[in-house]
Amino acid sequence: MQTKRTVFQSRVLPYFLLAPQLIITLIFFVWPAAQAIWQSFLRQDPFGLKATFVWFANYTRLLDDPDYLNALGATFVFSVGVTVLSMGLSLMFAVAVNRVLRSGRFYTTLLVWPYAVAPAAAGLLWWFMFNPSVGIIPYLLSSFGYEWNHRLHTGDAMVLIIIAAAWKQISYNFLFFVAGLQSVPQSLSEAAAIDGAGPFKRFWTVVFPLLSPTTFFLAVINITYAMFDTFGIVDATTSGGPSQSTNILVYKVYADGFIGLNLGPSAAQSVILMLIVVVLTVVQFRWIERKVQY
Amino acid sequence: MASIDVESVGKVYTGGVRAVSDIRLNIADGEFIVLVGPSGCGKSTLLRMIAGLETISEGEVKIGARVVNEVEPADRDIAMVFQNYALYPHMTVYNNLAYGLKNRGTPKAEIDARVAEAARMLEITQYLERKPRALSGGQRQRVAMGRAIVRKPAAFLFDEPLSNLDAKLRVSMRGEIKRLQRRLGTTSIYVTHDQLEAMTLADRLVVLNGGRIEQIGAPLEVYHAPASTFVASFIGSPAMNLVKGELHGDKLAIGPAMIALNGFAPTSGAVTIGVRAEDLRIAREDEEALPFRLEYTEELGAQRLIHGTVGDQQITAAVSPEIALSPDMRIAIDAKRLHFFSIDTGKRLPGNVPAEAKLAPAEPVL
Repeated sequence: MQTKRTVFQSRVLPYFLLAPQLIITLIFFVWPAAQAIWQSFLRQDPFGLKATFVWFANYTRLLDDPDYLNALGATFVFSVGVTVLSMGLSLMFAVAVNRVLRSGRFYTTLLVWPYAVAPAAAGLLWWFMFNPSVGIIPYLLSSFGYEWNHRLHTGDAMVLIIIAAAWKQISYNFLFFVAGLQSVPQSLSEAAAIDGAGPFKRFWTVVFPLLSPTTFFLAVINITYAMFDTFGIVDATTSGGPSQSTNILVYKVYADGFIGLNLGPSAAQSVILMLIVVVLTVVQFRWIERKVQY
Repeated sequence: MASIDVESVGKVYTGGVRAVSDIRLNIADGEFIVLVGPSGCGKSTLLRMIAGLETISEGEVKIGARVVNEVEPADRDIAMVFQNYALYPHMTVYNNLAYGLKNRGTPKAEIDARVAEAARMLEITQYLERKPRALSGGQRQRVAMGRAIVRKPAAFLFDEPLSNLDAKLRVSMRGEIKRLQRRLGTTSIYVTHDQLEAMTLADRLVVLNGGRIEQIGAPLEVYHAPASTFVASFIGSPAMNLVKGELHGDKLAIGPAMIALNGFAPTSGAVTIGVRAEDLRIAREDEEALPFRLEYTEELGAQRLIHGTVGDQQITAAVSPEIALSPDMRIAIDAKRLHFFSIDTGKRLPGNVPAEAKLAPAEPVL
């Protein structure tokens, strides 16, 4: 690919033009990140009067802490749950919309709306719907004999935040899947139909493999979303409970650092999260940009 | 191997748009039929109805003796070659060829044998392990053909298969398609908008216009006895000259000029006159002729096309490049090489049919 190159007369001008973005990045991203890394090596005394440099003690203690390991497990279940549920549903919707040519645009608009809802608002919405005393869903479930209470049952709580988080992500995935499906030529499906493949076989052997770049891209995006962008949903619905069952990593950082005011270990947690983001980003750029799929 | 019968077939899309009306067509076993017409004439729609990719609104399609209106494309025993080839990009050439056989539960050994045979026939054996995107346009075209061949279907359907190739490759692939079809003897329907492709490939060609059949006939018949002004102007390059004329007894008036027809006049009054460029020649001094005002020329090498006007009507003549040109010339017409069409309907008027139209098609030497 050819890129446009601009040649500047002065050496200062390009830096000057980049300065606003660089300053924002430095102040709001690099500086706090550096602070977090520095903080993660410190231990505050209970009264916040002095801090001692403790090397990796915060990290080693984290890895021995059953609560932290529990949070790690919860995060794993949560992000896999959100990714599978939201991608599965949005793929279904995308396939359905792709079949309806005329009214497709209308459905697309409707399906994109949830993306504009703030995470906390989405959380609140689901909190109401699933509220054990006034919610509509526990009411319906009780008629099937299921006693829904996410304040008491850990499984219910996890299901609740997975549904709430996945719902919000469906729009985004849906848009990408629709675009992906529309780039698969109609004639491929027709050729497969003549080649004797039924609708399901056509989809799984011809269309779905051709969507694999989209699917892979979305998988990474959704895992990233579930791990880092779901604080609002957890805070508005379960606040990490009951008994830590929905205390995912990003929420635990907040709970330990800002509620527990235990700054050192909290900083160490956020540094670990930062490393996970770095890994996911590398995966994304390395594999997706190269389009290894076919 | 099967015959295909299209009986009074029509297509109306939801919303009331009519694409095809009352198509009647009987295709014999092993015949090569070309559907030709301008874009939007319904030729692809007709092919897709035969393939089962479009529902049939009216009439019946029979493959063999079986009515297939409600039969799934997979069960119609046809194979189709698409304009964009429609190769599965994530599968190797081998798997592209084998896909249809696998779906039908063909034993592995037989799949191998059939793929190998098709690959050998199309000379793509060395590419079997490649993905389609590692192939050139011509090779992809062969793979698309191979996918049709391995299934040994009752009929091949081609939907403008050569239009994505460059001019030179198109000519050679055209030859290969014809050779292959002769060798396999499979009934084929081929859709194209290219009249030259239609002429060269067809046993019989079907000229479509506005969703209706204008003419069905062998290439020479359609060329030498076009059934309407549409066919006359669509088949042949340069297009047949069509001018307004008037018949007075045995005399034909074109603009200011008058020529004797020697008994070839089919009617009297106003008619549309058709004459092929190669049937016009520069007149001798002593014969009746049309006054021709030269506008510009085009060189074709073996011939020179001279474009000009007779009265106020455009005429193109093909003459030998050696003939000297002047701004004002006289052009002679042989009366028995004229085509007469109704000025109202554009239909050919009954009368003289040139002998060439009845020539039997050249039998292939195999």
